[in-house]
Amino acid sequence: MRTAERTPRLSLVRDVATIGIAMLAVGASFGAIAVASGLPAWAAIAMSVIVFAGGAQFMAVGMIAAGSPVAAVFAGLLLNVRHLPFGLALAETIAPRWRDRLLGSHLMTDESTAFALAQPPGSGRRRAYWVAGSGWFLAWNLGTVVGVLLGARVGDPQRFGLDAAFPAGLIAMLMPALREPRTRRVALTGAALAVLTTPILPPGLPVLLALAGLAVLLLPRRAWEWPW
Amino acid sequence: MTGLSATADTASPQPVVLVAVILALAVGTYAFRLVGVLLQDRLDLPGWLRQLLPVAAAALLAALAATATLTEGGAFAGVARPVGVLVGLGLAWFRAQFVLVVVAAAATTALLRLAGVP
Repeated sequence: MRTAERTPRLSLVRDVATIGIAMLAVGASFGAIAVASGLPAWAAIAMSVIVFAGGAQFMAVGMIAAGSPVAAVFAGLLLNVRHLPFGLALAETIAPRWRDRLLGSHLMTDESTAFALAQPPGSGRRRAYWVAGSGWFLAWNLGTVVGVLLGARVGDPQRFGLDAAFPAGLIAMLMPALREPRTRRVALTGAALAVLTTPILPPGLPVLLALAGLAVLLLPRRAWEWPW
Repeated sequence: MTGLSATADTASPQPVVLVAVILALAVGTYAFRLVGVLLQDRLDLPGWLRQLLPVAAAALLAALAATATLTEGGAFAGVARPVGVLVGLGLAWFRAQFVLVVVAAAATTALLRLAGVP
C-alpha cells in the first residue's frame, strides 16, 4: 500500500472495497451454509451481527449441525482469544473516548487489525480502522442476508479462489511490518510454529502459540544472523 | 475467515439452545475484543512492552495467514490455494497495489482449480 501516502482517501476506500467484495461473497456463503445445515434465517443473521467473526461462525454452524452446541461455544471462543492481544495493540488507535471504544471494539477483526496497523500511527490509522471496520461489518452482514435469501444458489467461494484472497490480503497488509527485521523474525517463527502444530492441536491454539515467536528476541544477537 | 467447508444436513436445534449459543459466542468474543482495549488503558505498561504489542499482533496475523494458506480442517489444503497466495506474496513483496495482490491471488487459485488442480 505504498500509494497510501500519495492519495490517502481514495486508495483507502479502494483497498477497503477490495476486501469488502470478498467478504460479501464469503458472508453469502456463510448465510447459505447456515440455512442449509438447519439453522433458521434469524440465527444466521443474528450471528453475523452480534458475533461478527467469520471463522468462529463457520465453526459454530458446523458443530451445531453435528449436535454439539456446547462444543460450538468453546471452540468458537478459543478461536477468538486472539482478539485480546489485538485490543492491546489497537487501544490507542480505536478512539480516545470510552463511548467510541465500546462501539469500535466490535469492529475488530483480523483484517481490520492488520489494515490499521499497516498505517503509520495517528489520525490516519484511526480513520483506516473505522472505515475498514465499519465497511467490512456492513459487507459481512449484507452478504449473510443475501446468502440466507438465495440459499443453495450461492456458489462455493472456493471456486472463485476467495480462500486465497484473504490470506493474500492479510500478507499484503502485514508487508510493511514484515520489512522490519525484528518483526519479521518473530512473525516467521510464530507462523512456522502455528503451521507445524495445526495437525495436532485444536483450532485456535496454533495461532495463539505464535506468540511464543517473541522468544526469538531473547536469543543472543549472533544467532539472529539467520537466512531470513 | 477460515473453514469454508459445507456441513451435512441435520434437524434444526431448539431455538432456546440456539439463542444461548449465539449469545455466549457474542458476549465472549466481544469481551475478548474489549478486554485488550480496556487493559491497555488501566495497566501502565512499560515502554518496551508497548513496543512489543504490534510485533505480537503481527506474529498472530502472520500465523493466521500461514495456517489459512496451508491448512484446511487440520490437514494440508491442497496446491491451488498456496500457489495463489504465493503469487500474491510475490506481488506484495514488490509493492504492488493491494487490489492487484488480492485479485491475482484469487484468480490464480480459481484458474488452477478450473484446470483440475486441487
